[in-house]
Amino acid sequence: MEILMSILAGTLFAAGVYLILQKQLLKIVLGTALLSHGAHLFILTMGKLNRGKPPILIEGVKNYTDPLPQALILTSIVISFGVTSFLLVLAYRTYQSNKTDMMDQLRGTDDE
Amino acid sequence: MMSNLVFLPIFIPLFFGALLVFFNKKQKVTINISFLVVLLSFGVSIFLSYHVFSDGPLILETGGWSAPYGIILVADKLSVIMILAVNVIALTAAIFALSSVTEKMVQHYFYPLFFLLIAGVSGAFLTGDLFNLFVFFEVLLMASYGLIIIGGSKHQFRESVKYILLNLFSSILFVTTVAFLYSVTGTVNMAQLGERVAQVEQQGILTGIGILLFIVFATKGALFPLYFWLPKSYIVPSPIVSALFGALLTKVGVYSMLRVFTLIFSHKLELTHTFFIWIATITMIIGVIGALSTSNVKLIIAYNIMPAIGFMLLGIGTFSAESLAGTIYYLVHDMAIKAALFFLAGLLVWHAGTSNLKKMGGYIKTAPLMGWMFFIASLILAGIPPFSGFIGKYLLLRGAMDEGYYIAAGVGLLSSLLILFSVIRIFIGAFWGELKEEPKQAVKTSGLAASVVLIAISVLLGVGAEWFYPYVQAAADSLIDPQIYIDYVLKE
Repeated sequence: MEILMSILAGTLFAAGVYLILQKQLLKIVLGTALLSHGAHLFILTMGKLNRGKPPILIEGVKNYTDPLPQALILTSIVISFGVTSFLLVLAYRTYQSNKTDMMDQLRGTDDE
Repeated sequence: MMSNLVFLPIFIPLFFGALLVFFNKKQKVTINISFLVVLLSFGVSIFLSYHVFSDGPLILETGGWSAPYGIILVADKLSVIMILAVNVIALTAAIFALSSVTEKMVQHYFYPLFFLLIAGVSGAFLTGDLFNLFVFFEVLLMASYGLIIIGGSKHQFRESVKYILLNLFSSILFVTTVAFLYSVTGTVNMAQLGERVAQVEQQGILTGIGILLFIVFATKGALFPLYFWLPKSYIVPSPIVSALFGALLTKVGVYSMLRVFTLIFSHKLELTHTFFIWIATITMIIGVIGALSTSNVKLIIAYNIMPAIGFMLLGIGTFSAESLAGTIYYLVHDMAIKAALFFLAGLLVWHAGTSNLKKMGGYIKTAPLMGWMFFIASLILAGIPPFSGFIGKYLLLRGAMDEGYYIAAGVGLLSSLLILFSVIRIFIGAFWGELKEEPKQAVKTSGLAASVVLIAISVLLGVGAEWFYPYVQAAADSLIDPQIYIDYVLKE
């Protein structure tokens, strides 16, 4: 199970990296979204995947699910959700004011 | 000792920042509240520092969960020095804001975002938990995303997109690295991480994770080769925002390196810390070249952030009690002087109506005080004795030479000279000679007052080094021996 999840996280990372290397702004935003999904799956996997086990360590119970990664992911999901929505609005406004969404045209050294 | 006091430097700006969201249409009320908040916060930080230096570190275990299990906040000597510096910057920024923050900026939530930034930075300095460091990074970054686009001009959007994308990527890398570290060590508490990494003598995989963390912090701190986002994105927002970014954001990256690479990853010095020295050296060279390459006043100051970061990293790389003291001294000095320089550059650009140095000249006649302040600030930045830059650089370079890093020390000395040249060029170009063009507007008094306060602090830090140095040395001594921190937090 862990191996499968790692492969899935790796695939998401690969796709995300491919997308953020594109020129179009929207693709880059989607790329960051995929990257953060990959990171979240990865955290989940790192805490060892035990199905149907209690989440708390009671004395005598050796087999349990680690609750910490889930708490970490929850925090991280909320953050990446906020940042992604902000980034989408920003990308739109950038497109509006600069009349382009291609990264290679979004550079300049002018003294505006 | 357990105390709720530790939480106050985060809580006060966070609470009032949230409160001020409701007053965005009332400029007067907002400004009055903001002064109250920065003064209150400053008072609390002085009280906190007094406590920590007289009675030892303070810890807050939130929710009553004891150290390795719950979320903890730790105020040790290094943290309180940083908190104090942040609050001084916040106070002067509030003074500067009187003249520079327009009604429109207030309406666009400048003050709430400003306090959110302060809360995030304070949190990053106080947390004792690596994952919470990530969370506070996000808090301060989110505030900075909001601040950088206030004004909404075309080039602001263009540069802030790059700034945000790069920081977002490094944040994702940060959270992935924390996951790696958790899977190897089974903890995210920094003290326990330090203990466990020491137990296995920092095996190969842990050094790898350490380097990944270094990449994350190097992106935030704008080290070579991850600095490309910094200069242009720091000059597009309003001067007060530039000053806050220049004074606080990169320094959080340096602080994190200082914490992580003394407490956790300090067992394979020949792999990690020697590498830092080379990165530091190259960063100094590149930063100075950048500063010399342009005649845009703001850009010159923005490029000057990088050699300063290089100096601080040099101290971390050298890793002796003296060089770490130098890093802390330089960190505090650089926060004050970078804020002052960004303030002055902002005032100068308003005064001249352009940021192009070639179109300026002779402003010493119309703005003498600003000119001389710029001159003193340049000397402080370059590290001319007896100012504060000298003390930090002296400690850093002596530390580096004692450990035999002569090339790095030589490059440091040379780059100091070039830093002086790059900023004095502004003084010569803008203030000497005949008046080329009539100034567009008079220098704003409260803006100048904020710069004068910061420069006075820098001068005091240099002249009064005898008074401040023992505190800095005490902080550095507790860094060089991580066992003190670990024992204190885990209560062994």
